[in-house]
Amino acid sequence: MKNERLNTLTNGIVKSNPTFRLVLGTCPTLAVTTQAINGLAMGAAVTFVLLCSNVMISLLKKVIPDRVRIPAFVVIIATFVTVVQMVMKKFLPSLYDALGVFLPLIVVNCIILARAEAFASCNPVLDSALDGLGMGFGFTLSLTFIGIVRELLGAGSFFGLPIGSLGNVSMTIFVLPAGGFLVYGTLMALVNYLTALAENRKYDSSKKKGKKEAKA
Amino acid sequence: MSKYVVSSSPHIGNDRTVATIMLDVLIALMPAVLGSVYFFGFYALFIEILAVGSAVGAEALFNVITKREQTIGDCSAAVTGLLLALNLPVSVPFYVPIIGSAFAIIFVKMLFGGIGKNFANPAIAGRIFLLLAWASAMTSFVKPITWINGDAFVYFRCILRGREGLLDVAALSTATPLASLRTDPAGLGVFDMFFGAIGGSLGETSALLLLIGGVYLIVRRVIDWRVPVTFIGTVALFALIYGAAKGHALDYILPSLFGGGLFLGAFFMATDYSTTPNTKLGLVVFALGCGIITSLIRFFGSYPEGVSFAILLMNIVTPYIDKAFIPRPFGYRPKKGAKA
Repeated sequence: MKNERLNTLTNGIVKSNPTFRLVLGTCPTLAVTTQAINGLAMGAAVTFVLLCSNVMISLLKKVIPDRVRIPAFVVIIATFVTVVQMVMKKFLPSLYDALGVFLPLIVVNCIILARAEAFASCNPVLDSALDGLGMGFGFTLSLTFIGIVRELLGAGSFFGLPIGSLGNVSMTIFVLPAGGFLVYGTLMALVNYLTALAENRKYDSSKKKGKKEAKA
Repeated sequence: MSKYVVSSSPHIGNDRTVATIMLDVLIALMPAVLGSVYFFGFYALFIEILAVGSAVGAEALFNVITKREQTIGDCSAAVTGLLLALNLPVSVPFYVPIIGSAFAIIFVKMLFGGIGKNFANPAIAGRIFLLLAWASAMTSFVKPITWINGDAFVYFRCILRGREGLLDVAALSTATPLASLRTDPAGLGVFDMFFGAIGGSLGETSALLLLIGGVYLIVRRVIDWRVPVTFIGTVALFALIYGAAKGHALDYILPSLFGGGLFLGAFFMATDYSTTPNTKLGLVVFALGCGIITSLIRFFGSYPEGVSFAILLMNIVTPYIDKAFIPRPFGYRPKKGAKA
């Protein structure tokens, strides 16, 4: 049982990473990752909303009539997004400006809706919370990763700190939308390749184990 | 072995291979390469060698890493590298051709399956990548070194200078004629543009040298004459219409033809086999589209030059052009009353 819970948590980070495996929420992914810090902030905001909305929807799943569940989900999600927005505007105004319209757009972020629809509305509260946390972490990690690569290549800095004289030879294309697609696609290919490699290895080793057991 | 061999088509072959076609393209580009050395000095040759070398190197490395059959022998990587180099200004730093070639080969060509499977011309896509990556380096041109006062000694001293030598003479930086096409077309020297004594990328300045190479390719039947003729014709027509609307009908035509990368694009870039339509009618439509987009960007867009964007966009719609012009199979008669 504990193991299952752990799986629910890690599911969103590697196996069904929302960005690289489920390809959900690509719009904010491509738009805000021009800098690593933006990716991190976006990820944190989404994680918070996802966690809260998953818990709330899971609590209310018996109350919400099936026919109007999507509007109900959106209302719940919008509530938390508004909270995030107000907090950010007050305490992190520069990030609030950098994320711009993509912060309120978290309301219709398909990761959050998808997890509400596919997981929270038919699972207990604790599992939904873990799922939201895992998915949020996965999203944050991916966005930060894309942001790091784009910032490094496009502006020659790491979380805003310039690295040597890399800024002189940096390639502007990587902070432009075209570079976003380029980095996203390349990283997705890389992540899928590595995951497939790891799965094959697991499969091979389990086969070997099976053989050994058969011999014994 | 029976005397009669039964096999599927094609039944008539010749000894033409990808390598011989690509060699023809390389031969056709030689006048432009020599021209680039004449106008910009030996640093131009250095950039060309660097671009070709890294294009071939990138393809070889990719094949080794992915454990595929080695394909650098077909010379297509060399053509890509050389075309990319001819699209660069001479003042670019050394890493620009290296990264551009590697991007063109790995991202545009090899990741899509190698030669014949690329969706866009690798050299064009590489150029646009570089244009977006290092916008200022890719759009700052230097004046060509011309025969200064007929003094051979001064001239040779100039062409032996490297990049620092070129940048040293800051007064030499200039814009391509296209930059002033919209504002002052009559002030451009048409003869300088035709022979190549103008600012521009390595290979695009001399319309004459590109024309020689292009005619060679048409005579050798490596490229279809319809593409360059339609492409250049459309641009000329558009310039005529634009000029007529401005009240100087003829002023815009020759600068439009000779001033930018039109000849390089029309003869060498818009004629890549895998990224252009298969039928003759399709090729005409393709070239027409290239000409219209080029003119629209030049006259109304925010970039002075539009040839590479035009070719890239038409590369992308090529599959749809092919779908629209499916040739009728030999002997096939459409049924009466049947919908086409």
